[in-house]
Amino acid sequence: MQYFLELSCSGLVRGSIYALIALGYTMVYGIIQLINFAHGEIYMIGAFIALIVAGVLTIYGFSGVSILILAGLIATIYAAAYGYTLEKIAYRPLRNAPRLSPLISAIGMSLFLQNYVLLAQTPDFLSFPSLIPDFGFMEPVAHIMGSAELVILVTSAVAMVALTVLIKYTRIGKAMRATQQDMTMARLVGVNVDNVISVTFVLGSVLAAIGGVLVGSYIGQINFYIGFMAGVKAFTAAVLGGIGNIPGAVLGAMVLGLAESFAAGYISSAYEDVFAFGVLVLILILRPSGLLGKAVKQKV
Amino acid sequence: MSDYMKRSFLVALWFVFLTFPLMVVKVNTLKNTVEWRWMNMLWVAIGAFVLSLLWRWALERRQLKNKEAESGEDESTRLGFGQRLLVEPKLYKPVLAVLFVATIAFPLLFDIYQTNIMVLALVFVVLGLGLNVTVGLAGLLDLGYVAFFAVGAYTYGILNSFWGIGFWTSLPIGGLMGALFGIALGFPILRLRGDYLAIVTLGFGSIAKIVIENWEEVTNGAKGIAGIPRPGFFGADMSITSATTYTYYLMILMVIFTIFITNRLKDSRIGRAWMALREDEIACVAMGVDMAKTKLGAYAFGAFWAGLVGVIFAARNTYINPNSFTFMESALVLSIVVMGGMGSIVGVIIAALVLILMPEYLRAFSEYRMLMFGAIMVLMMIFRPEGLIANVRRKYRGHKVMTEDVNA
Amino acid sequence: MPEITNKLLEVKGLTMDFGGLRAVDTVSLDVCTGEIVALIGPNGAGKTTFFNCVTGIYKPTRGDVLVHPPAKKSQRINGFKSNRVTTIGMARTFQNIRLFQNMTVLENVMIGRHCRTTTSILGAILRGAKTMRQEQETVNRSYDLLEKVDLFKYADEFAKNLPYGAQRRLEIARAMATDPFLLLLDEPAAGMNPQETRALDELIVRVRDTEKIAILLIEHDMKLVMNISDRIYVMEYGKEIAQGGPMDIRNNPKVIEAYLGEEADA
Repeated sequence: MQYFLELSCSGLVRGSIYALIALGYTMVYGIIQLINFAHGEIYMIGAFIALIVAGVLTIYGFSGVSILILAGLIATIYAAAYGYTLEKIAYRPLRNAPRLSPLISAIGMSLFLQNYVLLAQTPDFLSFPSLIPDFGFMEPVAHIMGSAELVILVTSAVAMVALTVLIKYTRIGKAMRATQQDMTMARLVGVNVDNVISVTFVLGSVLAAIGGVLVGSYIGQINFYIGFMAGVKAFTAAVLGGIGNIPGAVLGAMVLGLAESFAAGYISSAYEDVFAFGVLVLILILRPSGLLGKAVKQKV
Repeated sequence: MSDYMKRSFLVALWFVFLTFPLMVVKVNTLKNTVEWRWMNMLWVAIGAFVLSLLWRWALERRQLKNKEAESGEDESTRLGFGQRLLVEPKLYKPVLAVLFVATIAFPLLFDIYQTNIMVLALVFVVLGLGLNVTVGLAGLLDLGYVAFFAVGAYTYGILNSFWGIGFWTSLPIGGLMGALFGIALGFPILRLRGDYLAIVTLGFGSIAKIVIENWEEVTNGAKGIAGIPRPGFFGADMSITSATTYTYYLMILMVIFTIFITNRLKDSRIGRAWMALREDEIACVAMGVDMAKTKLGAYAFGAFWAGLVGVIFAARNTYINPNSFTFMESALVLSIVVMGGMGSIVGVIIAALVLILMPEYLRAFSEYRMLMFGAIMVLMMIFRPEGLIANVRRKYRGHKVMTEDVNA
Repeated sequence: MPEITNKLLEVKGLTMDFGGLRAVDTVSLDVCTGEIVALIGPNGAGKTTFFNCVTGIYKPTRGDVLVHPPAKKSQRINGFKSNRVTTIGMARTFQNIRLFQNMTVLENVMIGRHCRTTTSILGAILRGAKTMRQEQETVNRSYDLLEKVDLFKYADEFAKNLPYGAQRRLEIARAMATDPFLLLLDEPAAGMNPQETRALDELIVRVRDTEKIAILLIEHDMKLVMNISDRIYVMEYGKEIAQGGPMDIRNNPKVIEAYLGEEADA
């Protein structure tokens, strides 16, 4: 029973991280029908910048929670900047091009960003400082859920709630929903579509960066390649829940996280990645609209 | 002009800010030290400034070009230099002659190391031509193409290590295995299009690599298969130099063979069906084309070629392991096809040679190779989506001479 | 008056539901040899959906779509894929032009010959005598068709560069290349000026008389419809509200009401 709870907890933690990244994929796809291949790299860059900031702060004598907060904040700001720039350079010029072009551009940017970090920093794994403090009150359940897990779950939940509030109740959120429904009409009623798209990218990047910071301190090490795998899995989660559907992304992420955790725990961890890819392939073949999505009929 | 300067200056500032943590700061978490690389900031500033100017200029040129195309100006009849090179015998005959001599003489002029590299480049030429059919002609975005390459290589490796089967027997088997996998993997994804297709094929490619890594009993896992014999010549004992030269000429023949076949396919009933499928699948099917058969044909054909050169690749290296068959390789071949111009045979050949040989010859830049690939892919899509050499469609000879009075 | 002999297409009680929405409601329609039949109705009446059900894009929820190809056995083609329908002998054009933009005009027509030729991958590689003969025949037939629709001079032009009216004619030539016994045209005159419409008028009649192909067309241009149709069916809100000759339809009160508020330039 305890093992089951452990696995569930670890599954939820995975799911939370996947959700943070998946939201970026699903929002961007919902609005411009583009799979932002480079999104995983934003997550990776968020983690790297947090590590760098934390490293510098530690050397200059800071300590404790302040490092976590500063590192997280700066990483998030930078991720937003990268997301914004990415859209402006690699996707905006291709807004009206056939679907293949932005996809290839996205793959190109993914490669570019990976190698940019590799060359600017290092190909090796870098050890990430443990920034999350241990909470005393977690002692009794420590064998199932530790402080780090709690922080991840809570932070993710807060972030997702904040996003939902933003989309549902603010002006910019309304503009985003309108643009997703019908870009031309939104433009005609005065929505600055370019800004809306930029905001979408920025929001997705912020969430991804939060995920990167959390994962970095949780796992303890990062390297330039973590974006790729995490990206594919998060994308799987987004598709599983129905691409373009925000609650779907969260649902899909949780399902995938739990499924992976149980598979690794009860069967074998070697084929873990195959599992994720397998799920992806199966969904796309059998039910491309995902769990919560609607099948879109092409007009002939 | 000064407006440009101002904008570019701001862009340079932005990029200095953006790249600051990664380019300037280097933290060593173990030793707890920080390295400040201020020179990098200067490079970024200058680079960003210059690139921003170029970017703005290039974007404006592109807008002009698009406006011209939209207003229907007669740009389509004026062929570019690359296209004229292909079409006018006065131009291409001498070029072909020079190429012919250079190709034959290559191994005699350069050492075995260079020849071996050239063999690798030629392998990727064939891979590019194969994927060119699937992606360029039929429009089926396959991001897992490397899987078929791996199938070919491991077919030879396994056949040889388990049953001692030689190169020449394994060659057609490798191709056939590739084709079979192409059909098997193509079947469940027939109804997928565009992005979804890309992701699923990406998944297939990754699954293939992971399976190879973990299926120890058959593939020897991450350790790979060693001692794979080079191509033999009627069982003669050849030195490494001779064997390499032999492989080189073999690849040259292979490339010519592939060009011949793909060229014939381009101007054929099935080639046109592939293109129509790419242009508008619904209309294509409505005109009587069997989608399943045609698509599977495209997958199988591309995969067959990958399998074929997979065998040769294994023979060239004499050792294979899963690390040669990653997403990077798929992306590389895709770059070759995109850069060459989808469907353009000559373009793909040039792109393959450039993308494989440049890093070898510009050793100083080799670590920037993948970085440049990424950048090239983005730039090509924005500024030259038609590729190095855009498609020149064939003119057919009918049995009638055009009569002016057909117009009422 | 063309002799109405055999039914080529017999649609009985076709119904098409999309989830809760009934786009086509128990519509019956026949096309006989030598006829030009028109399907008209206000926008959103379900005409294109009807076409799509008949040509294999959709599978009808209920009803029968029967074809009686001349000199061949009849078939119920509900749910057949569209390439199968075309091979049987019914070809179509599309409301929103669907040409192969980056292929030449001639090549677009040549695709139509695909289902009437047999060269495989191997054949394409070997280029034996039979293959070459088929290729040349395809080329010749396609040039002929281009001449018939007055597009001969555009043969080597990319389809995307064609003026609008020419693109519509190209779609017709492409559909004709499949050797159909019945041609379904979806709003062939849309966006054409009066001269082009007149030329189209003559073209469609020529296709029926010279090529011996029956025609079922969806159209909004009433002048064209009244001029060339032998019979007309009228749809509104997915239902069939009238059928008959041009005179009957023109004076039918239900039809007039359905079009009230629309410009009926009959």
